Amino acid sequence: MWIIKFLTSSIGRKLIMSLTGLFLILFLTVHLAGNLQLLKNDGGEAFNSYAYIMTHNPLIILISYGNYIFILLHAAVGILLYFQNKGAKGTKYAVSTNKSATWASKNMALLGTLVLAFLFIHMGDFWFKMKMGEGWINEVQSASLGHPVKDLYEKVSYSFSQLWVVIVYIVGLVILGFHLSHGFASAFQSLGINHKKYTPIIAGLGKAYSILVPLGFAIIPLYVYFIK
Amino acid sequence: MNDMKLQLKIWRQRSAEEKGHFETYSVQASEHMSFLEMLDVLNEQLIGKKEEPVVFEHDCREGICGACSMVINGQPHGPNGGTTTCQLHMRSFKSGDTITIEPFRAVGFPVIKDLAVDRSAFDRIIQSGGYISVNTGQAPDGNSIPIEKGEASKAFDAAACIGCGACVAACPNGSAMLFTSAKVSHLGLLPQGQVEHEARVQNMVAQMDKEGFGMCSNTGACEAECPKDISIENIARLNRNYMASMFSSDK
Repeated sequence: MWIIKFLTSSIGRKLIMSLTGLFLILFLTVHLAGNLQLLKNDGGEAFNSYAYIMTHNPLIILISYGNYIFILLHAAVGILLYFQNKGAKGTKYAVSTNKSATWASKNMALLGTLVLAFLFIHMGDFWFKMKMGEGWINEVQSASLGHPVKDLYEKVSYSFSQLWVVIVYIVGLVILGFHLSHGFASAFQSLGINHKKYTPIIAGLGKAYSILVPLGFAIIPLYVYFIK
Repeated sequence: MNDMKLQLKIWRQRSAEEKGHFETYSVQASEHMSFLEMLDVLNEQLIGKKEEPVVFEHDCREGICGACSMVINGQPHGPNGGTTTCQLHMRSFKSGDTITIEPFRAVGFPVIKDLAVDRSAFDRIIQSGGYISVNTGQAPDGNSIPIEKGEASKAFDAAACIGCGACVAACPNGSAMLFTSAKVSHLGLLPQGQVEHEARVQNMVAQMDKEGFGMCSNTGACEAECPKDISIENIARLNRNYMASMFSSDK
């Protein structure tokens, strides 16, 4: 079948990496926008109500399943590509001076694996407890929704009151930043978008995104640990 | 005046099957010599001592044939940008330097002997689609088919590819994407190349994948080492031409 031939070709696989990567970039943006409500000084009212909606709206639930699939697909195809590319290179050079290629671009698989490891820690910390419900997480009355909701705000506050958790998150976010510093612009190149007018803009956006988004996430544990 | 004293660390491998190793040689060269002439001096020395000369490929020695293939101090075609090995001169080095010379490394380019690698995979990629169908006969009048200058320039820039394989050698994934994209762009941008355009993209990519080259991860190492400064814009064009062809053609 042509679609199989396409998706298993070298360009098809790049397209899979590119499209899933761009979806995850979009997800990160929404995730950050929602999480910044943790900085509000309202005892978690806004964040907990938001977390309730995000886990109960059918459309959001559907998108979240898509998100899990895309994360797994991005990781699986990425790991496959790493081993195939390593095999295609064969013997390494005794002297290597790839001055032009950035360190991040040559180590996307390593960075990606570390991001995945961080993701498991992160999901074990919050997502898992949220899913398990009673016994793992307390409930609190939501004023805006008018019924009790899971108190994820309190869980986050507790986690980020421990220094080692804060350090793990900062390290994880720095790694994510490096992964994005190559991934963002690379996704567009794989899609065949390379244009005199737009490529410099995409490159600039990619650099800004890879710094600002991890920084935005990093503010949360730092704020909880040092200021609250 | 051979007043430069150099240490050469050269990869010696007797055949594809045997394991290779580095060997160190001393050679005296002049700064006016090309890199290949310096290797000629070394080989004269070796022949004089009844030793096996170092095998390396060369042909035109004027930077247009793409035969000279070696990695000099970690860079295909050496340290200078936009230059083939034969156009690299010893004045780019200092007396007393140690120069490491290795063959192009990629599974798609198996070593034949010493610094010579088998690049016939590129020939097979060309055979799969790197041509246009035109009737032979008298040369057509110039400009009988109008071509917009910008498009003609892009096609010409891509056509500058000499098929040396430095892109594959530089790529950490051993990918032949820059080479294939240059060929697809050079023919696909021109009206004469439209007849086979869709089939060409599909066939050349299929052959490239079959030859065991790796997959592009957009590191940009290829365009930095290309002696003809082929841009990775061509890879983006290959990507979109391939997708368009796969989705819109009947095949």
